[in-house]
Amino acid sequence: MTVQQFAKEIRRNTLRCLHSQGSGHVGGSLSIVDALAVLYSRYMHVDPHDPRMADRDKLVLSKGHSGPALYATLAIKGFFPAEWLDTLNKLGTRLPSHVNLNLTPGVDMTAGSLGQGLSCACGLALANRLNGIDRNVYVITGDGELQEGQNWEGAMFAAQKKLDSLIVLVDSNKLQIDGATADVMNVEDICAKFAAFGFDAQRVDGHDYEALDGAIHRAKIAKNGKPQCIVMDTVKGKGVSFYEAMGAGVHSTSVTDEQYEAALNELK
Amino acid sequence: MELRKEYVNELARLMRENDKIVILDADLAGAGGTKPLYKEFPDRCIDVGIAEANMICIAAGLAASGFVPFVHSFVPFVARRALDQIAVSVCYSEQNVRIVGFDPGVHTTSNGGTHMSFEDIATMRAFCNIAVVDIVDGVQLRKALPYITAHKGPMYIRFVRKQTDELFDDSYEFGFGKADKLRDGKDLTLIASGTMLFDAVKAADRLESEGYSVDLLGIATVKPLDEEAVLASARKTRRVLTAENHSIHGGLYGAVTETLSAKLPTLCDAVAVRDKITQVGSLNDLKRDYGLTADDIYARAKQLLTNNG
Repeated sequence: MTVQQFAKEIRRNTLRCLHSQGSGHVGGSLSIVDALAVLYSRYMHVDPHDPRMADRDKLVLSKGHSGPALYATLAIKGFFPAEWLDTLNKLGTRLPSHVNLNLTPGVDMTAGSLGQGLSCACGLALANRLNGIDRNVYVITGDGELQEGQNWEGAMFAAQKKLDSLIVLVDSNKLQIDGATADVMNVEDICAKFAAFGFDAQRVDGHDYEALDGAIHRAKIAKNGKPQCIVMDTVKGKGVSFYEAMGAGVHSTSVTDEQYEAALNELK
Repeated sequence: MELRKEYVNELARLMRENDKIVILDADLAGAGGTKPLYKEFPDRCIDVGIAEANMICIAAGLAASGFVPFVHSFVPFVARRALDQIAVSVCYSEQNVRIVGFDPGVHTTSNGGTHMSFEDIATMRAFCNIAVVDIVDGVQLRKALPYITAHKGPMYIRFVRKQTDELFDDSYEFGFGKADKLRDGKDLTLIASGTMLFDAVKAADRLESEGYSVDLLGIATVKPLDEEAVLASARKTRRVLTAENHSIHGGLYGAVTETLSAKLPTLCDAVAVRDKITQVGSLNDLKRDYGLTADDIYARAKQLLTNNG
């Protein structure tokens, strides 16, 4: 399966998951799909049959509400049966819309209350260093999420402790619940901010597989004592025309039978 | 010996045995007394700077990788400032983080007001899965630490850094979730946690000198509460007085009355802070002002003992 096909499959399964409850965090799930496709096809050293393997790469989905996109990815990789995708947010499910490390094989950290993931990832990276494990810890944050001040506490810590195994991917889809991020509370210049905090920072098209691949590769091999940041310019709702056109409303929206069918037609 | 010295000595011993123990501070390693550990275990001691929320989540990440992190600060900066981080990254995530709060309640003295917290036990106790321990003295702290390290699940521990008074001697054995039975009596049940146990002993002496017999329980583990011990004592005395260095809302009194009201309705009263704003002052003045002295325990005990209603 090519990375393009993998990404399309993730999008289809993300919508399957969201359709099972009729609505959910569509926009921010679809915007990170291409990053997940590149990570899980080319970079993540993980074993679906041993999800807690000590010597693995880890991913902290700090924007925990995008769980459906990660669940779709993990299901395709074989971490759990695809049927689980139809149980999103049903009582007793293994797939709550915000990720939980105790419930879902392949989820490395709980998230949902925004702003905590980068700090938790610092703990994971530090633990790897103490355990002599040479693996990466990836974090996916939202751009709006960077309004939470704790991110910058985490960033300071990562630089101070020279956590160069830490790679922060910022999903810069430029929208948050109340509108455009630039209007609600501008977080730019994200690259300059992370650079000022001691990171190596790059900015790429978050839907260009080769650009993403190059950026992740550079971050992975840098090993220069600096934590790494990749700001990904993305489109909220990416891959489905009517979701892309919704603007801020796509953050949490419906996935009716008709919308699901129309979306699958676009994702053939 | 100061409690912080007892603490650091025993923690150092445990860290030598167990390379999974890590400690985190938020710029209070000197004040809290953990500084000597940084020399002996430079890799496993982490000062995050003045960033308590960050500290809690870093600890959660370490715990998720199999470490046993002890995080430290003054009570309000862990148990109040980092509340959501404790709720989500520690309790909801079921991580083995030990959260240590220094100088609970009135013991903040001249740092009081902003640094004083009477609500930590109530908030911690309300979270799912987390155990809550209110330490009375250095012996108890030292004896409890091996258990605290081995415990599965999150735990909150509060103690007074510079305290040197001791209640227990070396023969003391810490039992997690077990009340310490200090006196056997039939007229009144007196239940005290943390440093209020010192005052409870004095009050019990005075009551006994007047011919009353007091059933005195020390409670280190406020959650899970030793319900059996509370019920057995209340069944005998039918009068229960609690004493805690905490708000009357949701602490020891809350735990005891939640148990009794459901299983054995009993006449109860509390020596606790009654919705009064925090402030600075000397320890003795603060204890008097908040009604947390042995005299206050004695007075409320007498009221209960003479209440035939």
